Amino acid sequence: MLYREVGQFKTTYAADMAMFPIRQDRVALWLVLLVAFVGIPMLSANQIWPFGSDYLLRAILMPFLILALAAIGVNILVGYCGQISLGSGAFMAIGAYSAYKFGTGVSFPLPFAGFDVSIPPLPMLFSILLGGLMAAFVGILFGIPSLRIKGLYLAVATLAAQFFFDWVFIRVKWFTNYTPSGSVNAPELNFFGFLVNSSIEKYLLCLIFVTVFAFIAKNLVRGNLGRQWRAIRDMDIAAELMGIRPLYAKLTAFAVSSFIVGVAGALWAFIYLGSWEPLAFSIDRSFQLLFMVIIGGLGSILGSFLGAAFILILPIMLDQVPHALGVPISVETVSHLVFIVTGSLICYLLIVEPHGFAQLWSTAKEKLRLWPYPY
Amino acid sequence: MIAFGQFTEVLLGGLLAGFLYSLVALGFVLIFKASGVFNFAQGAMVLLAGLALVRSLDFLVAKGFPYWIAVVIALLFAAAIMALTAWVIERFVLGPLVNQDGLTLFMATIGATFIIEGAAQMAFGSDVYPLRLFPTDAIFMFENTFPGGILVNKLDLWGAAIAAVLVAGLAVFFQYTKTGRALRAVADDHAAAQSVGIPISWIWFVVWLVAGLVALVAATVWGTKLSVQFSITFLALKALPVLIIGGFTSVPGAVIGGLLIGAGEKIAEAYLGPYIGGGIEYWFAYVLALLVLLVRPQGMFGERIIERV
Repeated sequence: MLYREVGQFKTTYAADMAMFPIRQDRVALWLVLLVAFVGIPMLSANQIWPFGSDYLLRAILMPFLILALAAIGVNILVGYCGQISLGSGAFMAIGAYSAYKFGTGVSFPLPFAGFDVSIPPLPMLFSILLGGLMAAFVGILFGIPSLRIKGLYLAVATLAAQFFFDWVFIRVKWFTNYTPSGSVNAPELNFFGFLVNSSIEKYLLCLIFVTVFAFIAKNLVRGNLGRQWRAIRDMDIAAELMGIRPLYAKLTAFAVSSFIVGVAGALWAFIYLGSWEPLAFSIDRSFQLLFMVIIGGLGSILGSFLGAAFILILPIMLDQVPHALGVPISVETVSHLVFIVTGSLICYLLIVEPHGFAQLWSTAKEKLRLWPYPY
Repeated sequence: MIAFGQFTEVLLGGLLAGFLYSLVALGFVLIFKASGVFNFAQGAMVLLAGLALVRSLDFLVAKGFPYWIAVVIALLFAAAIMALTAWVIERFVLGPLVNQDGLTLFMATIGATFIIEGAAQMAFGSDVYPLRLFPTDAIFMFENTFPGGILVNKLDLWGAAIAAVLVAGLAVFFQYTKTGRALRAVADDHAAAQSVGIPISWIWFVVWLVAGLVALVAATVWGTKLSVQFSITFLALKALPVLIIGGFTSVPGAVIGGLLIGAGEKIAEAYLGPYIGGGIEYWFAYVLALLVLLVRPQGMFGERIIERV
């Protein structure tokens, strides 16, 4: 009754191509954006529960937004183009360290040319975007094997990127500006004179990035490029016979995906962590992102958000439950229990809904259209 | 100038370490051959087997059992635990996922990895437990061929011997037994195998059991080398390039891949490491695997992938 598109006629071509063709979806989207952009900052400014302290902003909402952005990037590659990647952590690291280098000034000697190349510290926004571009560039390089390698073999091949860059950022001191401990501090978050300091400002910054990139991604995947990706995913040989260039389609998927993941990495390092070491982008991060995409739903932007929320919030909830119930369990046992429950839930979800939360949502939509009079 | 004796020592050390990698890689190959599942849980299974073994062994020795009897009982106990794990995984994780695509099954095994890691550490503890089943002292070999001889660890020799026996046994099992043939049929096509009357759930149980036993063997060697601890699960990641080079579907490939990786890694570390900063062991295997894949996308010994529209 509430969710029914009866009577919504498309009278213009623009309406026919709308991103959200159903009015209820549009309303829901505006409501979510309103809550995120206006509601939460207002609650936070007035210290209303649950935003009394900035724990919720700092420890849940910020990582959720950034990881959702990274999950969108991974989803473009894995969900839309069908190229499994276990190297997303490395691309986050490349984004983070490149942005750090551009933000603090790059200089390296060119012995054969006889002079030094040096770039002064760039504004923060450009550093972050350049970090994404560097990640995209490396992504294309590591995407080249995908032209020959498929499926799980490719997944293992992308691990090469992960381990190689883990090593590079630990060993090559140039990337960390020769800090003795190997951990680096983000430069101050100066956006054209506007300093981002408090939790709520950082949250809004993440939100702007995520919203912009989510819209870009949503439009990319339903456009020409997205159709090429999906054709390659469904059957690459058939797609090639139909005139889609696998080289172009696969490498653009790697580039776009790595760009978004790289930007997410820069945000993760600069805004969420503040100071970080290479371990922040280890193989565990890659797996976490892949989980988000699979649990959320392959080939769905909404799914990326749902998956990120689930994978991020589940361990935090599980950590809190025994405390809340007053059960005395040692910290070690709790961490083992979190492992077991997370694993079981992943298996359970894969069994009951192999296509992830996004599929659950579209099933629910089908049900809602007929509600309350299903035939 | 590279001394030939030193080179041989590095090469031999690498080859023997390679045998140990193949021990882990074998478990992957078995499950992939028989069920088309890329089993990420193999590393966790090594951890579980190792923990079950070392904890029960310590317990029995503390109770005053003679050492060899304690070892036998502990091995049997660990084998029983692996059988239980195989049954649980088949019954509750893979059984309901029959006929899903490879990626879903792969993710399910990652879920299983979490469960096994959590449960193993909860049941058997999460400290570092030393295991002493094999001698670990180094000996000199070929002393009359090379000046000073070559330093070789006895444990590595044991590992190599065990891997050789295991591979021979598995090859016979796959080629000549009825169950082995059924396993290969299931790997080829789940539905077709079911339709000719192969009980798929039993086959999968057998496969996971065998993989569990291989994990137990790997745990005895690796546990002696590194002590039984959580970081032993990372062996799974170390075994992946071995698989790539050997091909997912080839048992001898797993061994040859292991040898190549082991030797290549040690030689690269010894002769390339000083120039570009140490620790290249960390990624060398993966880059080597990547290069092999660019030439042969199905690995060196994998079955040729034929695709039709």
